Amino acid sequence: MLAYIIRRVGQSVLVLLVVGLVAFAMFHFVGDPIDNMLGQERTQADIERLRVQLGLDKPFVVQYWRFLEQAAQGNFGLSYRQGRPVAEIMIERLPATLELAFVSGLMALVGGIALGIFTAINRRGVSANVVMTASLIGVSLPTFLIGILLIYVFSVELGWLPSFGRGEVTRIGGWTTGFLTESGLKALILPAVTLGLYQMTLIMRLVRTEMLEVLRMDYIRFARARGIREKSINFRHALKNTLVPVVTVMGLQVGSIIAFAIITETVFQWPGVGLLFINAIQFVDIPVMAAYLMMISVMFVGINLIVDMLYFAIDPRLRADRTTGGH
Amino acid sequence: MTKSILLTAALLAGTAIGASAETLRWARAGDSLTLDPHAQNEGPTHTLAHQIYEPLIIRDMTGAFEAALATDWAPSEDDPNVWVFNLRQGVTYHDGAEFTAEDVVFSINRAKKERSGMKELLSSIVEVRAVDDHTVEFVTDGPNPILPSNLTNLFMMDSGWAEDNDVVDVQDVDGGEKTYATTNANGTGAFKLVSREPDVKTVLSRNDDYWGMDQFPMEVSEIVYTPIQNAATRVAALLSGEVDFIQDVPVQDLERVDNTQGLLVKTAPQNRTIFFGLHLGPDDIDNDNVEGENPLADVRVRRAMNLAINRDAIKQVVMRGQSEPAGMIAPPFVNGWTEEMDSIETDVDKAKSLMEEAGYGDGFSIQLDCPNDRYVNDEAICQAAVGMFGQIGITVNLDAKPKAQHFPLISSGGTDFYMLGWGVPTYDSEYIFNFLVHTRGEDRGSWNGTGYSNPELDAKIESLSSETDLEKRDAMIAEIWEEVQDEVLYLPIHHQVLNWGMTEQVGIEVSPEDDPKMKYFTMN
Repeated sequence: MLAYIIRRVGQSVLVLLVVGLVAFAMFHFVGDPIDNMLGQERTQADIERLRVQLGLDKPFVVQYWRFLEQAAQGNFGLSYRQGRPVAEIMIERLPATLELAFVSGLMALVGGIALGIFTAINRRGVSANVVMTASLIGVSLPTFLIGILLIYVFSVELGWLPSFGRGEVTRIGGWTTGFLTESGLKALILPAVTLGLYQMTLIMRLVRTEMLEVLRMDYIRFARARGIREKSINFRHALKNTLVPVVTVMGLQVGSIIAFAIITETVFQWPGVGLLFINAIQFVDIPVMAAYLMMISVMFVGINLIVDMLYFAIDPRLRADRTTGGH
Repeated sequence: MTKSILLTAALLAGTAIGASAETLRWARAGDSLTLDPHAQNEGPTHTLAHQIYEPLIIRDMTGAFEAALATDWAPSEDDPNVWVFNLRQGVTYHDGAEFTAEDVVFSINRAKKERSGMKELLSSIVEVRAVDDHTVEFVTDGPNPILPSNLTNLFMMDSGWAEDNDVVDVQDVDGGEKTYATTNANGTGAFKLVSREPDVKTVLSRNDDYWGMDQFPMEVSEIVYTPIQNAATRVAALLSGEVDFIQDVPVQDLERVDNTQGLLVKTAPQNRTIFFGLHLGPDDIDNDNVEGENPLADVRVRRAMNLAINRDAIKQVVMRGQSEPAGMIAPPFVNGWTEEMDSIETDVDKAKSLMEEAGYGDGFSIQLDCPNDRYVNDEAICQAAVGMFGQIGITVNLDAKPKAQHFPLISSGGTDFYMLGWGVPTYDSEYIFNFLVHTRGEDRGSWNGTGYSNPELDAKIESLSSETDLEKRDAMIAEIWEEVQDEVLYLPIHHQVLNWGMTEQVGIEVSPEDDPKMKYFTMN
């Protein structure tokens, strides 16, 4: 068991290092930060001085090594754009992204399961078919279009919800939350719907298919024959058996919700890490780009590591293989 | 929580009392990069700084000089290399400290240091000395007739505050620590900093002890500044009444905003000209299909290209009427501009015969490098130009990319045909010549990607900076322009037009620098 975990952790670290190396090789293609950092009046000498000072004259491998060296000491450097420590900026921005991801994930899960059950049970009903057709929109329209559409309907035409920002936030220690004020909650609705719509339709379709499958099973038929109430059959027996794949998919989607947040955050000027990353790309703010990519890859690798370990715990065959030594 | 209650209270108070307590909710595409007034020489950064800090002289909303922390200024009668500035008396910083000549000396020296983004504008200054508490002398390395125009974004900092907070130097971006001045501010300006979250929200409140309380409208009591990057969202925020004033209105939304009840769009020419640069210096260039020679080196080809651009079509189709076709690369309010030079006709037939004459009757092909996120509709302008050059046989391959990749090409000489936009903060042609016409070298010509080098012209440009006889100087400027126009160093396209969107309550005219100074705003 221990050897297996150590091996997996070792592999994860290796993946992280490779991701970082690829990222640093790519930064070169994003552009040159120097012209953004110096004003219109800069001289050729300024350009050279700053390039040497920032180490941009060195090959990317050297730059990467410098980044790793400092990151290992917990120092991610200063943002070229804002002149503030990257770690400070990331910590400041993370709550916004995590709250948005949490709300839209929750909405996708609850809404998706509820609609999935509804459309499965009322398979031939008119309203279920309407929902199924409407769900095609959620899958096929790009996120930014949905966002702008929602803004025009709910902010400009109806004037119910704010079109941008997080509203008033409350500071609790190092965390800022929009859950405690009315404007904060209102500001969450449109971005959360925009971000969660795709996941919601995905889960809805998954639940519906699984549920239809399960409802055809013999034990459901026998349960009906025994005269068990319809409600109990649908929710206690059928639903439980459909949830296993849903949980698996949802776990995989957590990462993509945070990654997709980049577009939603740009449309709604949501002050999270996604917006920060977009700004960093435009400015070629290398320290911020590096830190963001490392954070995202740590997250994905972490999720994978946990899933691997769960498999190990769940699947006896894996365990048996190891303990007997196999080969 | 308390902050939100206070803010709500302030908002309520604003609606109740009326003109004397008005909140201006302001949005534009980008945020200020830093509050340190000398760290960055960049538009949005200066615009925010102008609300909090003040220079000796400012430009008012029409672009004319207006006395700020200096009351008057003139070259010294005894020494042509010295400018004397008399400072305003009784001015205090937001923390209560008094503004004196010592602060001017400190601020100029701070802005001259290596890490400052403002030092190039001050390169002619040798020494700044305080004569007494309210008189300062600027010593320059030769007579400098346009020194005042280099000082309009040069903000004054309190030397005591800087020492107390360890910000005597501008921040070191690499490996350095965050400095206090990056996120805190103590100026003499019309507004005080209340709170700031970079990229999210900045709140300023009126400085009721401001020296100009009676001189300016000063009707805005609180400013809430939010950057909104996405153009559609920014317009939506104005349409839905969540903000009162936006900059950077996308041209396709102008009509919609203007036709909305209670909103209006104001328009004025911007201090920025868009043009194409031609790599005409070398004997051969890389990004064309002509072997062994450089078609751009032939002035007839350049003239033909200049005649081929249909600037009116670009204005009508690409810019939806939001541009002023240009025949020279200086905006109209710049010293040296003439209407005659700024007008040019499209003449495809004449262009074709010039191409023929130059031996390129069958045309040639060349790559055009364009930014796609810097100027208004930049990529679309280039696309339109591709068709126009096609009419005279020049096959243009367009390569549009983000500004972070485009501008390094101009600095490194990696492009032979490129788009560039240029603003003239000093309102004087010398600035254009220094950067765009002078041979590329250590101090001058850093944006001259044409490879053009004319020692005779260089000498004329250099002598401009010390020519004190303004009439003679203007004549020299005209001479240099004549040469630039005759040689067709650049292909001018248009002067950009600025649009600000606002509610009817907001009273302000668009400034050519795109830098609203809120003390001039009226709120009805």
